[in-house]
Amino acid sequence: MTTTVDTGVKNREALDAANKKYEWGFSTELETEFAPKGLSEATVRFISAKKEEPEWMLEWRLKAYRRWLEMESPDWAKLDIAPIDYQDAFYYAAPKAKPTLASLDELDPEIRRTYEKLGIPIEEQKVLAGVEGAGLPARKIAVDAVFDSVSVATTFRAELERAGVIFRSISEAVREFPDLVRKWLGKVVPAHDNYFAALNAAVFSDGTFVYVPEGVRCPMELSTYFRINAANTGQFERTLIVADKGAYVSYLEGCTAPQRDENQLHAAVVELVALDDAEIKYSTVQNWYPGDEQGLGGIYNFVTKRALCQGARSKVSWTQVETGSAVTWKYPSCVLNGEDSVGEFYSVAVTNNRQQADTGTKMIHNGRGSRSTIVSKGISAGRSDNTYRGLVRVGPNAENVRNFTQCDSLLLGDQCGAHTVPYIEVRNPTATIEHEATTSKISDDQLFYAQQRGLDRESAVALIVNGFAKEVLQQLPMEFAVEAQKLLGISLEGSVG
Amino acid sequence: MLQITDLHAETAGKTILQGLSLQINAGEVHAIMGPNGAGKSTLAYTLGGRPGYEVTAGSATFDGADLLALEPHERAAAGLFLGFQYPVEIPGVSNLQFLRTALNAQKRARGEAELSGGEFIKLARAQANALGLDPEMLKRPVNVGFSGGEKKRAEMVQMGILAPKLAILDETDSGLDIDALRVVGQGINTIMRAPDKAVLLITHYQRLLDYVRPDFVHVLAGGRIVRSGGPELALELEREGYAEVAA
Repeated sequence: MTTTVDTGVKNREALDAANKKYEWGFSTELETEFAPKGLSEATVRFISAKKEEPEWMLEWRLKAYRRWLEMESPDWAKLDIAPIDYQDAFYYAAPKAKPTLASLDELDPEIRRTYEKLGIPIEEQKVLAGVEGAGLPARKIAVDAVFDSVSVATTFRAELERAGVIFRSISEAVREFPDLVRKWLGKVVPAHDNYFAALNAAVFSDGTFVYVPEGVRCPMELSTYFRINAANTGQFERTLIVADKGAYVSYLEGCTAPQRDENQLHAAVVELVALDDAEIKYSTVQNWYPGDEQGLGGIYNFVTKRALCQGARSKVSWTQVETGSAVTWKYPSCVLNGEDSVGEFYSVAVTNNRQQADTGTKMIHNGRGSRSTIVSKGISAGRSDNTYRGLVRVGPNAENVRNFTQCDSLLLGDQCGAHTVPYIEVRNPTATIEHEATTSKISDDQLFYAQQRGLDRESAVALIVNGFAKEVLQQLPMEFAVEAQKLLGISLEGSVG
Repeated sequence: MLQITDLHAETAGKTILQGLSLQINAGEVHAIMGPNGAGKSTLAYTLGGRPGYEVTAGSATFDGADLLALEPHERAAAGLFLGFQYPVEIPGVSNLQFLRTALNAQKRARGEAELSGGEFIKLARAQANALGLDPEMLKRPVNVGFSGGEKKRAEMVQMGILAPKLAILDETDSGLDIDALRVVGQGINTIMRAPDKAVLLITHYQRLLDYVRPDFVHVLAGGRIVRSGGPELALELEREGYAEVAA
């Protein structure tokens, strides 16, 4: 940018930026039980034993662990990451507490306070914080609160059960619904799918399991809130959502972590299954600690998310707002096997300072008449790198497939990078594939125009960026959209000078 | 209201304003006319505080306060409105959202109560109707896909909503047909012709002055005001040309 700003302004902005901390960066003092440091078969056995898992689950983990040992960390992404020492981390950390809570009242008050501070409703009479301003009627949202390696609470269980919906931490589900879990676990993302998926399969600690039975429309939004608290600890959660024929569910995922100087690993796996006429809407607001301005600390976010649109006319929508993490490696995908099935991917990825994001999607069209829409909005600031990487593949038997892809990049400043890497593989001539891409800068004209109308510089940037990301933000459930809009502004504070 | 004294300003390393002085009192409408490159837009941007426009000497006070020490948004909150020659597009941000955010930011800065969504929409619709802009257009993104005339009307609607003390209108008449010109002229009169308000019209042509009758006309050339007079000066300029009058 060619803006000349007098040094007084620059200094003030730098000061403002330095004073603004990652709001969710606090940590909670708790007595925590860890697995022995490092990764080995013993670690895997320790976790499985802690979870009181059946033998088949342990075998599955061990098999994944052995595969992982033979695999190599992927290096094709546009990410510059120091080698990760897998022996220098804890793979299981759990707040010491009663093994089972008779009611939410027994929850450790420190953990309760943590969630209160984060604005997450783990009491059923409350709804998500931050909604009042939007003037919305109070809506119920069921929450699975995952704290380090364990789920500490799931709410609205009874009400959901009356509708036939199973909403459990995955650890509980393995014990209570082993057949259902076993039927689908690893069917969308096989244990050996990739390096990080294999790691997850070996040591996953908790996560969420959802089953919506045939013809049921889930009566409320479901959500999981992931919090990494303990230091030097990785979080490896696993989520499995199955929507049976004609079922509908909307699921939200949020995450934060304390501000620490060391990098922490988050390697999650999310599997979605949609049968005939089923629909799953999966929304994420990812706000892991991004590291400081110099790139010290922050979460390494290596996530495998995939949906199997197995049934005819099934539909899965991924919406993600990625503002956090030092490194993001994530490609929520849809395998569109069902005839006339639909896959959607709406993404906003913001990178600032030294953050790196390599994110996108894969739409694998195997079903006839399957359709997909990809809208990706990348916003880069500071000295960050932001890459969209996407694959659209059409199999030989998939007739009349349609895909529309739109990738827009917005640059703030002149030291950041935006990259678009689309892969298109079409093996059926009846397919219609469209790809549009733009790269733009926030112009000095736009900034001054908004400032002249009364907005300070930060608000002007936030407004323009929110406008840029609007198509994606409007896909989010209202509560999340309000939060996401604020986050976009906060993430870019101090980025235009 | 606005007191400019011996203002020197440069942009991109070039000195444009070279000792400009001008006093505007409440209740007055001033027109600044001048040939291309005289420094008309530089004057508007400098008073608005646009980054890249550096004041090297002189002063400007607004209601007695040092205008040049304020950030652009603080100048706006103080009651300064700049009508743009080329209104800027902001994709994805509706006019309603833009203006409500802006108005409430100004009100916050002044310590006034903010407008609720309902109050604001009422105000915005009334202003749009008064200026012949379809209120539905307020739902569309700021200036995106607007014709030249619509953009200028929209600028006037913004001015009506933000209700500034001083409006500096930079070539607001450019790109307007006769009908739009009349509407804009009436808009300026309705919104800004008041004992506690003032207008600085920056224009190349005399024709807007058929609709907004200025109290004073100034000729800007070489970065300075070289002549001042009443409305008749505009007619003389139109007849004789700048070269003659500014010489």
